Amino acid sequence: MKKMPTVWLWLLPVVCGLLFVALWYGVRRWSGLQSWILPTPGEIVAAAWQERARLLAAAGDTAVGALGGFLLAATLGFGTALGLGASRTLRASLWPWLLVLQMTPVIVLTPIIVLWAGPGLPGIVTITWLISFFPIVANMTQGLLSTDMNHVALFRMANASRLQELWLLRVPAAMPFYLAGLRIAATLAPIGAIFGEYMVGNSSGGTGGLGFLVYSYNTQIKIPALFATALTSCLLGFIFVAAVAWLNWAVLHKWHDSFERDDH
Amino acid sequence: MEPVAPIVKFSSLKKRYGAGPWILEDINLAVAADDFVSLIGPSGCGKSTVLKLISGLSPGTEGGLEVLGTTPKQARDRQAFIFQDATLLPWLTAQRNAELPLRLRRAAAAERAAKARAMLDLVGLAGARDYYPRQLSGGMKMRVSIARALTLSPQLLLLDEPFGALDEMTRNRLNEELLALRERSRFTALFVTHSVSEAVFLSNRVVVMAANPGREHGEVRVDFPYPRPAALRGSPEFLAKVNEVTQLLHQVEATS
Repeated sequence: MKKMPTVWLWLLPVVCGLLFVALWYGVRRWSGLQSWILPTPGEIVAAAWQERARLLAAAGDTAVGALGGFLLAATLGFGTALGLGASRTLRASLWPWLLVLQMTPVIVLTPIIVLWAGPGLPGIVTITWLISFFPIVANMTQGLLSTDMNHVALFRMANASRLQELWLLRVPAAMPFYLAGLRIAATLAPIGAIFGEYMVGNSSGGTGGLGFLVYSYNTQIKIPALFATALTSCLLGFIFVAAVAWLNWAVLHKWHDSFERDDH
Repeated sequence: MEPVAPIVKFSSLKKRYGAGPWILEDINLAVAADDFVSLIGPSGCGKSTVLKLISGLSPGTEGGLEVLGTTPKQARDRQAFIFQDATLLPWLTAQRNAELPLRLRRAAAAERAAKARAMLDLVGLAGARDYYPRQLSGGMKMRVSIARALTLSPQLLLLDEPFGALDEMTRNRLNEELLALRERSRFTALFVTHSVSEAVFLSNRVVVMAANPGREHGEVRVDFPYPRPAALRGSPEFLAKVNEVTQLLHQVEATS
């Protein structure tokens, strides 16, 4: 593929966004919809500015819940995948149950989670973990099992121990898969946290996060503020995805084919 | 003269996977310490399987196999395997790749760094130590692979079509370098290839194998003295040997 000039990589999405905003204004104008049904982008930004203190504080609380659940999923996912990748018995025993866990709608489990983990942050972190755990485990396990057979033969020839084979070969070879799992989890974690806050409420003493703001603005019919909450959630999600994209770059850019090589 | 114990000794070895057809039948190959043996034959003649048996990656079904006076697995410490592709770990630099076998044997960091550096120097990669495999050409990758194999100073080197994917210029040059390395390190070599001229240039013995089931068909002795100059390839004697091997290969293809 030919490399696109950097200017275009910035310019194209900006132009696209501007066209979308223009279309939005057009729809509002020609449809005759009222502000509380379809606020204009300008009204949303104004609402965001007006509510900035609440939104920022809530976003901070949501970030804590999302980060907690994400880190839990990242570490437990790594550990679980190590177990699954190393042992055929474990894989056969646990895989169907992991699928069952993933198939069960989180909304069904929410009351049970609140009952066990309690309302507030513990419940929110648990829900976030539950939503972002599976893609990490599934990707990492796949990665651990996709090691090049010639590399395995090389290690066997050198009389490498199982532990050496795992740490020096299978885990590094699985890193692109693990990071792909983290990327999916990073998009899911803020969603999970907001969903958790919406369901669990703000009994923890904080602001209740963006999820509680959604509930609150909705009951007050502050529709532009609701859109502003969506915008804030979006920005939070971007920060998560950007952080994982940076991690991905830091781990892989020197050796992996998904990055263009800097020729010498 | 006292008889020298063979480096590799097959006795009536047969090999098959499960209840499948025989892959190898009645192999009696013996390799001596100063041998460079090439195995050549049609695909499916089991020549790569012979290397797998010697390295202990795959067990024989019937018959015996002794490597360096013991079982294949116990001889692993003193042999090295060079694969068809370079099998470098893409997340390690050339230097770290060359260090890998010593690292797996838990050698001290300073020792393994020094040995890997020395071997990379020897294969002409002193300037490419910090490059990752994807920054190296096919020929350079194969040089790292050779350096990696030689860090352990193996007595026996097994090479499974190592230069098959390279262009002819690079292949010829690496053939010459391999022989030069052997002048220094004195390893016994077993070399699987599809190229007749490569086999003749490198070896003192070319073993031609037949397929279905894999078996030894014949052998051509190549008595040109080592070190062999690149110009040897143009000599009539060389071409006569190439013809001799080619004719054996034609016989094999006619019968199988």
